[in-house]
Amino acid sequence: MSAPLKRTALAEEHLAAGARMVDFGGWEMPLAYGSQLEEHHAVRQSAGMFDVSHMLNVDVSGAGSRDFLRRLIANDVDRLAASGKALYSCMLNPEGGVIDDLIVYFFTPERWRVVVNAATADKDVAWMRRVAASGGFDVAIAPRRDLAMIAVQGPEARERVWAVRPAWRAASEALAPFSAAQVADDTLVARTGYTGEDGFEIVLPAAQAPALWRELAAAGVRPCGLGARDTLRLEAGMNLYGQDMDELIQPGEAGLSWTVSLKDPQRRFIGRDALERHAVPAAFLGLKLLERGVMRAHMAVRTAQGDGEITSGTMSPTLGVSVGFARLPAGVRPGDAAQVEIRGKWVPAQVCKLPFVRHGKAVEHS
Amino acid sequence: MSLPTDRKYTASHEWIKAEGDVFAVGITDNAQDQLGDLVFVGDVNVGARLAAGETAGVVESVKAASDIYAPVAGEIVAFNEELEANPALVNESPYTAWIFKIKPDNAADLDGLLDAAGYQAASA
Repeated sequence: MSAPLKRTALAEEHLAAGARMVDFGGWEMPLAYGSQLEEHHAVRQSAGMFDVSHMLNVDVSGAGSRDFLRRLIANDVDRLAASGKALYSCMLNPEGGVIDDLIVYFFTPERWRVVVNAATADKDVAWMRRVAASGGFDVAIAPRRDLAMIAVQGPEARERVWAVRPAWRAASEALAPFSAAQVADDTLVARTGYTGEDGFEIVLPAAQAPALWRELAAAGVRPCGLGARDTLRLEAGMNLYGQDMDELIQPGEAGLSWTVSLKDPQRRFIGRDALERHAVPAAFLGLKLLERGVMRAHMAVRTAQGDGEITSGTMSPTLGVSVGFARLPAGVRPGDAAQVEIRGKWVPAQVCKLPFVRHGKAVEHS
Repeated sequence: MSLPTDRKYTASHEWIKAEGDVFAVGITDNAQDQLGDLVFVGDVNVGARLAAGETAGVVESVKAASDIYAPVAGEIVAFNEELEANPALVNESPYTAWIFKIKPDNAADLDGLLDAAGYQAASA
């Protein structure tokens, strides 16, 4: 028997809006409120919002925080010098496989925040505690299920947030991408997202989330579900944990080498030995289908260098053609020809760089 | 949307309507609503001879692909090419946007399918 689905603080809002709800990592979440394509276009053209409260905020505090995070995470948190700066990276297992991808925020040397995926949250917290205990780090690890999170995304997203929360403007207007400001107690406004558009991710006490959601909706921000979130992140070339990478996949096999820092030879983060000794060679690139049809995860791919696999695929609402990510043999390059097996037929595709869409516009691939 | 009574239905959510000696086939409003925005309709092989229940084509929404089946045995004689460029027509007007036409081996096979009330009961 499966456990009953968990609900976020915004579940009543979704149900009242007539959303189609689905099980996502044990959470009952909105797939779409109406047309998924219209939700997608709203984010590309004006502003949309997503309930991402199923993701888990974890506070890391204490004198050993920095050393702990330098051991836990594949990227080097020493890059975070200014308060509020954030970093995207992965936690790896000793084999170099990805336990989860995450965002880590720096506030003070003794106060950090890690945001992890919903489906992996329990596993992640257990792993963090194990790493902390086994390394004897002086840290406290506190999951914050008392917080909710709303992502407001699109070219008009920031203006709409300020329209309903004018007091937040001063602290958040000057935020550079990938940084955050605390605008009130337990309330964080971060210039981050998962759509390839400008916008904010807002973390706030769960009890305050429904009012903010309703006010944003009244200000013209369109509620968007997981369906649009998936097509937006795919166009933006952003990975989805569990689909594009997992515990058996190293960052380099999922296009995530840029989130791993090997610079400081003294920093022996978990997984580093494996990456240095047995890095698995692979290319992780985009594919554009050259004929009608839709690429989906797990479809087989053929190239002149050998075979590969689609990890994520969809019909791109912005481009009007099917796009996807593929794990391919090392040596495959953007511009190469490929074929994708769709229901028994080999359909031509072009290998290309990611992303497909950035700030509302198609990225040109020669 | 109320179910048209000028046609028959299958439990797998196709509708089928006699047009002279061929039958037009599409998917129900309920089916398109469950699938969401369609982005591809195709893989219909004109000229193929199918048994009842065999896969006749595919409809894909942003999220998933779903087979459509031949409600009766016969030969596929047409594919609605308008849907190649505009699959959303199926979302907008599911009961006019036919997907394929089939020339039945036995026109009386239609009588064995669900009527509107029967489909409504079966899909409730």
